[in-house]
Amino acid sequence: MPTSVRIPVQLRTLTGGQEVITGTGGSVLEIIEDIDRQYPGLKDRICESEGKVRRFVNIFLNEEDIRFLENLQTAVTEKDELSIIPAIAGG
Amino acid sequence: MSFVNGLQCRECDQSYPKEPLSVCEFCFGPLEVVYDYEAIRPRLSREIIGNRAPNMWRYAELLPLDGEARVGGQAGFTPLVRADNLARRLGLKDVYIKNDSVCAPTLSFKDRVVAVALSKALEFGFDTVGCASTGNLANAVAANAASVGLNSYVFIPADLEMGKVLGTLIYKNNVIKIDGNYDDVNRLCSEIVGKYRWGFVNINLRPFYAEGSKSFGLEVAEQLGWRTPDCIVVPMAGGSLITKIRKAFTEMEKLDLIPDSRCRIFGAQATGCSPITTAVKAGRDFIKPVKPDSIAKSIAIGNPADGYYALKTMLESGGWGEDVSDEEVVEGIQLLAEEEGIFTETAGGVTVAVTRKLIGQGRISSDDLTVISITGNGLKTQEAVQGRLAEPAVIPARLSEFEETLPQVSAVG
Ligand SMILES: Cc1ncc(COP(=O)(O)O)c(C=O)c1O
Ligand SMILES: [Zn+2]
Repeated sequence: MPTSVRIPVQLRTLTGGQEVITGTGGSVLEIIEDIDRQYPGLKDRICESEGKVRRFVNIFLNEEDIRFLENLQTAVTEKDELSIIPAIAGG
Repeated sequence: MSFVNGLQCRECDQSYPKEPLSVCEFCFGPLEVVYDYEAIRPRLSREIIGNRAPNMWRYAELLPLDGEARVGGQAGFTPLVRADNLARRLGLKDVYIKNDSVCAPTLSFKDRVVAVALSKALEFGFDTVGCASTGNLANAVAANAASVGLNSYVFIPADLEMGKVLGTLIYKNNVIKIDGNYDDVNRLCSEIVGKYRWGFVNINLRPFYAEGSKSFGLEVAEQLGWRTPDCIVVPMAGGSLITKIRKAFTEMEKLDLIPDSRCRIFGAQATGCSPITTAVKAGRDFIKPVKPDSIAKSIAIGNPADGYYALKTMLESGGWGEDVSDEEVVEGIQLLAEEEGIFTETAGGVTVAVTRKLIGQGRISSDDLTVISITGNGLKTQEAVQGRLAEPAVIPARLSEFEETLPQVSAVG
């Protein structure tokens, strides 16, 4: 069973309006590459051209920001859920 | 009459119409309001502004509404206080306090941003508004929404100070405590905003909301006699206020309201939540999020959305960033109260203590005219100083008892 990925409003034009899609892979990067194969263009919007996650994109593995883990190399299992979330202001 | 051309992504320059949008669809960068400065120029002069009512709307042309402000008519134009006692203690000649601890109606600078956001929410036709908050924004949204009959939903971390929670609940709106820190609250809200047609002040109204902070900087320059200070010290949470103060100074230059600004802009954080100042000091150009652990809860944002631009604001203006321990935060609160009679909250304690630290480091020197940004009120964060102050003596109501106690209670000498 593949891993669920929650898609923010801003990217749903690429996923045909779907809020949750699924991707297969053992790391965050592999999953991003897999969802990009299914929905071309997704990776470009999440990552910069050199492959780093964009400055204003947050990726969470379950509850945890992947920057507290191993970034794109963070290991992922089928029981996990990834969320892609834009940076939010506030205070 | 609107002077807003539209919105534009700060990262990739993509243009957007004036709509409730949170971030750029292409790169997730923040959206900035773009004004028609040539149309504004003939409408704003020192004299015109000076003759208007003493609130933030004296700068209406530089705020992103299409019509009259319908919310927060009394917000802003707080005192700029000359602080000679504090200056002496700090070893500076000219120190001013921009005192938003008395901003109307909820005693923090967040009344400015909310006045704009909720006025805009009404223009967009929302009947319900919401926010994720570290406390002050919660108070401001709840109160201002109540004043115009908007429904409001306020999401806060579960561990906020009692004053901040009570100061939200009193307006009888919907308050939801999240078991987690502010960054968890935000993550939830980003999902809620996609599902409900609400105006979320700090999410889909963010481009408009953030512009409200400019009024803080516009007023500082006006109140100093139409010039910017040599230095200004600003507390940072998400890093929006500090970037908007710079935008304010730039706009005033552009409109010839002030001479060219050389103001060095300094950012202040608590060490227990210092992702932005840590990046400055490490010479990094990216922000590493942190898990907040500080008594300065109002500015405890571990993943600051405008952190990158706050960093640029400090460095490009010739300023710097510093952070202080919780102990120093409390000392900062007490110093300002004892010297100037102003009781600020923890964020103000951070700003005062960081100012002192920067002076110690020689980054601010004795001749620099310095403005300290006091953005919130101490009555809302009483926990920070509880147990640190002398307990008052309790005596029977007899003159002899009073006179016996007098030598002990006269601590000042
Ligand atoms: C009292 C106070 N000062 C400063 C700030 C910082 O604001 P910003 O998120 O714009 O950096 C906040 C934010 O909540 C605040 O409550
Ligand atoms: Zn963009």
